[in-house]
Amino acid sequence: MELTLWTYEGPPHIGAMRIATSMKKIHYVLHAPQGDTYADLLFTMIERRGSRPPVTYTTFQARDLGGDTAEMVKGHIKEAVERFKPDALLVGESCTAELIQDQPGALAQGMGFNIPIVNLELPAYSKKENWGASETFYQIVRKLLTNSENKEGLSWKEAGRRPRVNLLGPSLLGFRCRDDVIEIQKILAEHGIDINVVAPLGATPEDLIRLPDADINVCLYPEIAESTCLWLERNLGMPFTKIVPIGIAATQEFLKELHQLLGMESPNIIEESHKSKLPWYSQSVDSNYLTGKRVFIFGDGTHALAAARIAKDELGFEVVGLGTYSREMARKVRPVAKELGLEALITNDYLEVESAIKETAPELVLGTQMERHSAKRLGIPCAVISTPMHVQDVPARYSPQMGWEGANVIFDDWVHPLMMGLEEHLIGMFRHDFEFIDGHQSHLGHSGGYSNKKEIEKNNSAEAPHLPQSSLSTEGPTWTVEGQRELAKIPFFVRGKVKRNTEKYAKQSGCREINEETLYDAKAHFKA
Amino acid sequence: MSSATLLKETGPREVFCGLTSIVWLHRRMPDAFFLVVGSRTCAHLIQSAAGVMIFAEPRFGTAILEERDLAGLADAHDELNRVVKNLLARRPEIKTLFLVGSCPSEVIKIDLSRVAEKLNIELKGQVTVLNYSGSGIETTFTQGEDGALKALIPQMPSSKENKLLLVGTLANSVEDRLIGIFKKLGINKVESFPPRQSIELPSIGSGTKVLLTQPYLTDTARELKARGAEIITAPFPLGVFGSQKWIEAGAKSFGVDKSLVQATLDPLISRARKALEPYIKNLSGKKLFLLPESQLEIPLARFLHGECGMELIEIGTPYLNKDLMQAELELLPPNTRIVEGQHVEKQLDRVRAEHPDLVVCGMGLANPLEAEGISTKWSIEMVFSPIHGIDQASDLAELFSRPLHRHNLLKSKTLQKV
Repeated sequence: MELTLWTYEGPPHIGAMRIATSMKKIHYVLHAPQGDTYADLLFTMIERRGSRPPVTYTTFQARDLGGDTAEMVKGHIKEAVERFKPDALLVGESCTAELIQDQPGALAQGMGFNIPIVNLELPAYSKKENWGASETFYQIVRKLLTNSENKEGLSWKEAGRRPRVNLLGPSLLGFRCRDDVIEIQKILAEHGIDINVVAPLGATPEDLIRLPDADINVCLYPEIAESTCLWLERNLGMPFTKIVPIGIAATQEFLKELHQLLGMESPNIIEESHKSKLPWYSQSVDSNYLTGKRVFIFGDGTHALAAARIAKDELGFEVVGLGTYSREMARKVRPVAKELGLEALITNDYLEVESAIKETAPELVLGTQMERHSAKRLGIPCAVISTPMHVQDVPARYSPQMGWEGANVIFDDWVHPLMMGLEEHLIGMFRHDFEFIDGHQSHLGHSGGYSNKKEIEKNNSAEAPHLPQSSLSTEGPTWTVEGQRELAKIPFFVRGKVKRNTEKYAKQSGCREINEETLYDAKAHFKA
Repeated sequence: MSSATLLKETGPREVFCGLTSIVWLHRRMPDAFFLVVGSRTCAHLIQSAAGVMIFAEPRFGTAILEERDLAGLADAHDELNRVVKNLLARRPEIKTLFLVGSCPSEVIKIDLSRVAEKLNIELKGQVTVLNYSGSGIETTFTQGEDGALKALIPQMPSSKENKLLLVGTLANSVEDRLIGIFKKLGINKVESFPPRQSIELPSIGSGTKVLLTQPYLTDTARELKARGAEIITAPFPLGVFGSQKWIEAGAKSFGVDKSLVQATLDPLISRARKALEPYIKNLSGKKLFLLPESQLEIPLARFLHGECGMELIEIGTPYLNKDLMQAELELLPPNTRIVEGQHVEKQLDRVRAEHPDLVVCGMGLANPLEAEGISTKWSIEMVFSPIHGIDQASDLAELFSRPLHRHNLLKSKTLQKV
């Protein structure tokens, strides 16, 4: 038994719903009690979908358990097939139904329908949402392509046509998937590469049957599509891309990998990268202030890994924390963290993440919506880079993460929460003027050290901003009047960090009092 | 007796389970903690329904059952005991701990009352441990509050003191207002259940007269009666008329002079009616369809028809307690279609066939209906908003009027051809 106050991922059947709802002409009969119907709102409210998920819940009740629940399940399956006339049917159970073992999938298969029926067995007490989505997508593809032969057909060159690929992995409730697909389609079109099928987002079962018509698969989100890509490689001989094109370098390498797998000549990737403004903006003198900004990264595996690379190599930040809530991705995240001299934080406990943030005292947090809240409490700027999905993560405007435009979006989203470089200098220069009000940040309209423009929560009374400078500690070394006066001269946006560092130094070196000199000693110590 | 047409429907339902009521119960009693014994689904349900990412340490959580709990590798009772102790060590401010049963815990028959009993002996004085079921195989949405209140009743001290007890969670501002009115009528001892702190439970006994503020408290009402309280029959305090009848029923049971009641309420009523006018204009003659969810559907329909002139197409209700709802049913127009239970697909077929102007429904269904051009109102909003009492009648009407108003604002402009 595990105490959970909040969870990054839902149960695995939510993952199955994401696949079913992403697709067309498919229906999912879910053996589940009535409360499980809450899941509809994830799609209709968070993602603002104008249609219901294609899911029939059996909504069995306690009084049904004494009788024949199997017959009841069959009734729901029959009705759903007759009403929705799907091209393929998914049948599965949520946590409670798993316990009563009606085996609805097997029941459905015995009912004589002439459509493919995918029996989903998603262990609710050991697995989570992303695993459920991945497994569901894999099971559907396997079911529909079970009779497909290993393709020994002609390559695109031999067949005298343009190369074509499948884009696999984008799904509803995935981070910016809708726009990533558009961006990747655009990039591929520029290189004369056609899209055969995008799946699961927008695909029909019929589309999935056409998957083998492509030359290779592009695995956009390994969390969702890697197991399917592996199966297609093993059974149908379709290679797939391993690089996720988020960030400049990754997009360049992705293009190289793609061209290589397709047997095409590699494009000039330096020239290609000029399609994004990130490299120049990052090189611009204004961005000097970004140098060495300490950044803490936490999210799903794919986005956390991409963020670490962009932060370090493309924006010149220092990564001081890296982690993921996805156990399936831990294997990939650990070595990257190690390379950065860090130990990866693999946890589903947001309070553990919050204390890791507190510990490392970063200047920027890149995380999920939960880290945004934690960062807000700690007075640290934050940008959201990953699911779990929040209504704010489905912006009306085009805002991909992948490709050249994705890099532009990332530059803006990560840099805007920070104070602008020029502004930082000006504040330093004019802070002794009487007009200067401590804590004021010209364009951000917030008091205190946090400044994410997305902070428009109405109901935030429960979380009084807890600013570093307000927490004069009662234990440990005490500040002398001179020490405090000197501390007050330090710009407010770094004051919290300086204060913490100085106290840490004082403790280490056994000082009972912190005066002006201790402050400078500490400064020298941490620079050294 | 009402001549409403009562129908029953079975099939796939689309309603929340009783766990959802934790969302308002934990706010009502900030010294209580609600620990669901369930699955990741339960945890995900509550955080999704409540949108509760804003709390550092919320006052509810889930003890998630894992494979080893199910396989018998770990004794679920011992495990729960361990989780509770960890929780209490971290959150020493908790005064009352509710262990809340869920679908999986009911199916594998974890005996929460036994765990609670053992913990109460061990933790004597530090915290009171209670249990109830919020499982979706037994309860819908607001029934969770019924279960939680019922679990609190044995903790209430006995007393024969004469008092009026308002039962059911109300917004604090509304509660103050209603108590103020009763005080003006000379009823000085008015208390609320649930209280604002879980340890400040009102006493109960033969002198207690109960006015239910919410229509979903079947078990609670029965238990209160068993403790000697008298349950006053009245319509529920929604809308001007319902609130007036509710207050009058309370006053009558205390023998308050009718002329005093009238003198006190008349100015409130005429003011509230005036405030209602603009909304009546907007709502009158509009067709209303209520899907089952909060159990407030019947009193709401009575208000929206009786005071706002809406035409009732269908009132869905998760279940119908004819005793508690009697006064409400009598106020409905003849032949009103009341459907108990649900077959969500058939019900939506009827919605489409009837072209209502407004549908009251759950959050999962609202946007799909909006996309079909049908205005909606989320039923969950009713359990979060201060809507009870004479003064709130216009606010209540406004909740239903706003979607229609917005529909008109946008229809002629941006959304012309969607």
